[in-house]
Amino acid sequence: MGETGTAAGSTVSKPLPEPTPVSRPFWDALSEHRILVQYSPSLGGYVFYPRTLAPGTLADDLEWRQISGRGTLYTYTVAERPTAPPWADAVPQFPAVVQWDEGPRVSTELVGVTRSGITVGMRVVPVFDTDEATGTTLLRYRPEEAR
Amino acid sequence: MGLKGEAAIVGIAELPAQRARSTPPAFTLDQYAKLAAVVTADAGLDPRAVTGLVTHGVRESAMFAPATLAEYLGLPLDFGERVDLGGATAAGMVWRAAAAVELGICDAVLAVVPGSSVLPASERAPARGPGWYGASSGDFGSPQAEFEIPYGNVGQNAPYAQIANRYAAEFGYDPVATAKIAVDQRTNAGAHPGAIFHDMPLTVEDVLASPVIADPIRKLDIVMPVQGGAAVLVAGKRLAAKARHRPVWITGFGEHIAFKTPTYAEDLVHTPIARAADTAFGMAGVSREDVDVASIYDCYTITVLMSLEDAGFCRKGTGMRWVREHDLTFRGDFPLNTAGGQLSFGQAGMAGGMHHVVDGARQLMGRAQQAQVERCDTAFVTGNGGIMSEQVALLLQGG
Repeated sequence: MGETGTAAGSTVSKPLPEPTPVSRPFWDALSEHRILVQYSPSLGGYVFYPRTLAPGTLADDLEWRQISGRGTLYTYTVAERPTAPPWADAVPQFPAVVQWDEGPRVSTELVGVTRSGITVGMRVVPVFDTDEATGTTLLRYRPEEAR
Repeated sequence: MGLKGEAAIVGIAELPAQRARSTPPAFTLDQYAKLAAVVTADAGLDPRAVTGLVTHGVRESAMFAPATLAEYLGLPLDFGERVDLGGATAAGMVWRAAAAVELGICDAVLAVVPGSSVLPASERAPARGPGWYGASSGDFGSPQAEFEIPYGNVGQNAPYAQIANRYAAEFGYDPVATAKIAVDQRTNAGAHPGAIFHDMPLTVEDVLASPVIADPIRKLDIVMPVQGGAAVLVAGKRLAAKARHRPVWITGFGEHIAFKTPTYAEDLVHTPIARAADTAFGMAGVSREDVDVASIYDCYTITVLMSLEDAGFCRKGTGMRWVREHDLTFRGDFPLNTAGGQLSFGQAGMAGGMHHVVDGARQLMGRAQQAQVERCDTAFVTGNGGIMSEQVALLLQGG
């Protein structure tokens, strides 16, 4: 647990992920600004979030592959009230779901956007957001056309 | 496959909704006891006929809920189960109880859901910390802890808003239609004395003027938390014949559990109730047109709208128009949530799902007083747990 770059006055620190032995390659890669996602050859598809066995088939053939992380905005909201106390100083929040070009969807937050500048289906690109205190990198997204 | 319709809801209990308890706080054990007493008395049956119990869990004891309650209530059980389906828990309890009765395991099964979260406090054993994360688990190793909570994707409002926005992108969004759902249910609450908003009429303009919580969801699109509790008693033919009220036969059910977090839904705008409802209607052998009253789980107005579509009452994508074209009040052509629903009766925690079961059963028993739907023989009830991730459909028929 640690602070991300919150505004002064926040009393509750924002929760950060704690990598597990299963997910460690994903988080380690993010800190190197790379996105590693599991792929199941027998399933013929990518899998997210990280698991030990492929969902559906329970095949033991998951392997890590690098993807670009580019995708489209599947959905989002503009939360005018904090979704939980750690975000009390962070409204509006832009929680979103991005669908990677390789298939799986991922939960994220939009950055570099305005309320009116968001459209379901728009192209988005990854933003690697590193928490300086802990070194943890989160995967946020911004519109492709933004600078 | 399925029920034969030989188990019935023979008693109902629903405590009036309260914003703050006017009675002293009670442990969930004591809430179970009170609701069990009220519901067996409502049926006019001796509690000692009860040999089955389905529970959501006992707050005072993390494990062994059925045994804890068997001992406390003094009702030795031949069937005990704990159901963990969020807002679909109550509907899930009802079909499990019916199955136990039809299998001959027990004559009568209690399905009780305490709904008061204000419990007696102790300085020596303080209560748990705040449940900031709603249905998401912050425990180490939980997928939510790693991949949702750090991005603020927690609670219910934002995830439901994400569902609504995806719906909007595919089919369009009419805030007047979703507001009308809240307004019609408020009209129904006006005819139901136990509802939290019994004396507070609502207009579409009121809903649209209420603050945005998570776009496009506004404050008055969202359920109102209250204290309360609800229960039903399910019994077989022999006891149903002795019970005081018209039996409400459980003739069909379906249950579908599809995901935990909407991010990983196969298709976010087609919800699990579609499959559950098809199963339930098929099992009961009735059609959508046969439904006299609908009790649709209503944590948000968008939940009702998408459930109406996916359960087959209107074509997918046409719900916004359909809602505007139908009168959803108890006097209308499609009576829906006739006691106000959780939006206007109030959501007594986990008992919120039982509100819909009780509302449907009350109508079929002919006990809805001012809100009674005439010639009411078939009710369709849904339960919805998590973020439209686990859903149960029931068909109840009077007779």
